[in-house]
Amino acid sequence: MALWNTILKTSLGERLVYRGDFALGTLMRFLPIITQIFLWYAVFDAIGAAEGDNPTEIGGFRFRDMVAYYLLTMIARAFSSMPGLASGIARQIREGEIKRYLIQPIDLIGFLLLTRVAHKLAYYAIAIGPFALVFFLCRNYFVDGWPPLPVFIAFCGSLVMGFLIGFFLEATIGMIGFWFLEVTSLLFVLMLFSFFLSGHMFPLTLLPDGVEAVVNFLPFKYLAFFPAAVFLGKIPEQDLPMELAIEAAWLTFFIVACRIAYVRGLKRYSGFGG
Amino acid sequence: MNQLSRYGRVFLTFARNSLVRDMTFRLNFALQCVSSLGWTAMNVGFYLIIFEHTGSIGEDTGWDRDRFFLFIATTWFINSIVQAFFMPNAEEFSEMIRTGGLDFALLKPIDTQFLISFQKVDWSQLSNFFAGAAIAAVSLYNLATREVDPMVPTVTSVVLYCVFIVCGVLMMYSLMIALSATSVWLGRNQSLYNFWFYITNFSRYPMEIYNHGWGRPLFGFFTFVIPILLVVNVPARLLAKPLDPRAPWEWGLVGWAALVTVAGVIASRMLFRRSLLSYRSASS
Repeated sequence: MALWNTILKTSLGERLVYRGDFALGTLMRFLPIITQIFLWYAVFDAIGAAEGDNPTEIGGFRFRDMVAYYLLTMIARAFSSMPGLASGIARQIREGEIKRYLIQPIDLIGFLLLTRVAHKLAYYAIAIGPFALVFFLCRNYFVDGWPPLPVFIAFCGSLVMGFLIGFFLEATIGMIGFWFLEVTSLLFVLMLFSFFLSGHMFPLTLLPDGVEAVVNFLPFKYLAFFPAAVFLGKIPEQDLPMELAIEAAWLTFFIVACRIAYVRGLKRYSGFGG
Repeated sequence: MNQLSRYGRVFLTFARNSLVRDMTFRLNFALQCVSSLGWTAMNVGFYLIIFEHTGSIGEDTGWDRDRFFLFIATTWFINSIVQAFFMPNAEEFSEMIRTGGLDFALLKPIDTQFLISFQKVDWSQLSNFFAGAAIAAVSLYNLATREVDPMVPTVTSVVLYCVFIVCGVLMMYSLMIALSATSVWLGRNQSLYNFWFYITNFSRYPMEIYNHGWGRPLFGFFTFVIPILLVVNVPARLLAKPLDPRAPWEWGLVGWAALVTVAGVIASRMLFRRSLLSYRSASS
């Protein structure tokens, strides 16, 4: 326990060094949302009414919901995105650094998970400022205000599971490095897919019905679309337990897949030198 | 004239060297092309989905599907040129300042701005130029053959389009050189390049969408102060909409874009030269 505590503390310290640059960078990430606001206003305005008592809906989203959706996906991505995780694992395999975990009494996946938790905690500690500012400025886009407590709990649960799915999904991909030395291009393709299929680009309900059914079956939606849809009440309250259970099943799948890939990979792996 | 052909030859050498380097790792090159094309496909998909739900971007703006895709193609033309020729160099430049590599650039018997602007060419980015051409071809075809309100651009508008694409590229280039110049003063500016990315994000859509509520200050700022809204909007409007009739303000906008291009190139060059005076070498 003391060991894990130390790992957590070191990683936290590591992250807090560049906090000024960090906060500014976080704020800038919201800039593209401004263009999204105007784009969607123009779209809603063209087909009906963007504002007013009887606003038009696209895929179950009113104009204000759409903006709120983009803001919420920023939160979801803050939990589920894992910059550099898969490529880091692949690099460690390629360069032989992974030997360390075979000798030292630390589990690779556990170590990575903990450093990631620490990085995320440090990130939230700083990012909460810019996030709070932007959400405060945009509070009018949340037409229905705060969701009821059970929905909010489900939202928090989906964020935490989103983080874990993001982690184990990427870690599993990183393990492919045991079989192929160069995975950068594969990662890029995956990133593209996940950007589109997670709902980061637009709410998945906008997709044509046939496509939507397939995309709904994939795990990517838990990285962005699902938490945002839960918060906005786009998923009926009675369906929430089932949906969360499916998400948990996906999470279990990736935990197992990651572990299997690691064990199998180690059998193939041969470390030389010191 | 002699001077000009010398610079031309130097540029050709740079371009050839970059191509040789790219061709050394052919698979990597192909993958880079594929991934930029994938990004394009994703964007096209997004806009197609939007047009599943609406007939045009904004009420009475005339940006229907075919015209809007011409707009997108224009964005792709300009961005691919900027990313192929200038982006890799701008990235290199801030690194040169940090490491002191700029010393060597200053010593060479050639204009420093030319040298640091053209040294590298990222050929794989040009794949998006062809993607843009494909999008433009399809939307021009659709525009010409559709039943409601068909349109074939005149020769004049095509010529003007090409001229203002060049202007758009030059405007982006000036902005980039100006940002590079600031990195001499600031030492290193990673966020500034993010800033560049986020700012150019505003140029990606028809300017009409900003014309309401709190968008108006943005509209004014990005038209008159940092005129990135003109970069794509001016050429795209020239091609996608009939040249006649046009409101006087539209021709005013075209004139303004031409003026801004010239002024931007001159101003950014002055800024760049001034910044070099404050360069303190980092090496030795």
